[in-house]
Amino acid sequence: MVDFSILDLLDLDLKEHNHLQLKCIAGRSGLSRKLTTTKISRPGLPLSGFFDEFSHESIQVFGRGEQQYVKKLEELHTLETIERLFSYPIPTCVFCDGGSPSKQVVDIAERSGCSILQTALGSADFSRGLYQMLDEIFADTITIHGVLVEVYGIGVLITGDSGVGKSETALELIERGHRLISDDTVKLRNISDTYLIGSGENPLLAHHMEIRGLGILNLANLFGVGAIRDKKQVQLLVRLEEWDSNKNYERVGEELTETLLGITVPKLEIPVKPGRNVPIIIETAARNERLKKLGYYSAKEFDQSVLKWLESESARNLYYSNEETF
Amino acid sequence: MVVREVEVMNRAGIHARPAALIVKVANQFTSNLYMEKDRMKINGKSIMGIITLGAAYKSRITILTEGPDEDDAANAIERLFLNRFEE
Repeated sequence: MVDFSILDLLDLDLKEHNHLQLKCIAGRSGLSRKLTTTKISRPGLPLSGFFDEFSHESIQVFGRGEQQYVKKLEELHTLETIERLFSYPIPTCVFCDGGSPSKQVVDIAERSGCSILQTALGSADFSRGLYQMLDEIFADTITIHGVLVEVYGIGVLITGDSGVGKSETALELIERGHRLISDDTVKLRNISDTYLIGSGENPLLAHHMEIRGLGILNLANLFGVGAIRDKKQVQLLVRLEEWDSNKNYERVGEELTETLLGITVPKLEIPVKPGRNVPIIIETAARNERLKKLGYYSAKEFDQSVLKWLESESARNLYYSNEETF
Repeated sequence: MVVREVEVMNRAGIHARPAALIVKVANQFTSNLYMEKDRMKINGKSIMGIITLGAAYKSRITILTEGPDEDDAANAIERLFLNRFEE
């Protein structure tokens, strides 16, 4: 399980529309509490006194309704359910729509050592953003030895043994205007069992590359920001192999796949030998992958054409051979 | 497969030079070398991989070798750690 505290949640560097706009307004000592689940709870029922099946391990999101209800409870001086809510080890509670709790609620939270966060977002927007982010954080991950590049918008993960030329291939691709996500160690995350996201293991060390004979290079500085990307969905695996004359390589375009973290990704095995321009092969593979996404399969269409032609040819032969007999 | 547990004993941790040294030694063997730290497993024949481990002073690393000369490879790598990468 990932070790993730509420402080980490506040520290996340989320961009533009993903930004959760969170800030801590009370109970700072509770920021070290750990988050262990991707679930989110709306505490309407517990506030009204029903604590069966209360998911106290999830973040409690107070929308307009809950906040209004808390206010009502204060007016009636019946704060028992709030006391009871905070007696559970809840990770944190979030007040949406820029709302803030009263002094009494803050006191209860601080006494129980629970932090209170505030966001300017509405509860629906906030929940959506939080779900998405928690999914990414608690996703299954593996670290793979390979290079992840984006070629014509397709995330291509290049793997192969040490010294087969992965980094050199990626370098040539970058030179040709494509983008590097990570060299050497690629962290893959399974996002809701539907797709794989690849990124560098450590943002500080990302976009560096080791080229034999040159040492360690900073690609972002050498090629500019246009040549890099932080993360990208992995849509194609390319395995580079030393040319083995005894092995049969794919010749007509039948599809290989590989399953990583339970997600199946199309795969190509490309033999490497001097004089073979691997970057161009990968570029072409990426173009082909885009065509497939549009529903056009080169290999299948070709096969169809051949079949059609053979059919018409045999029909013609039949016709001519019949004619001769007349 | 040979598994060894080692501790980083040089003050600076595993930075570029020790990483290069590990790769140099690892490449003398045909066995594959993997290094593991905090659920992260990387290929020990790659400099960037080793640096990405972020192995600071006193951190513990698991060394895994696999192949025909796995014992010798594990011994050689372990020796590097014990010698503090000659620092």
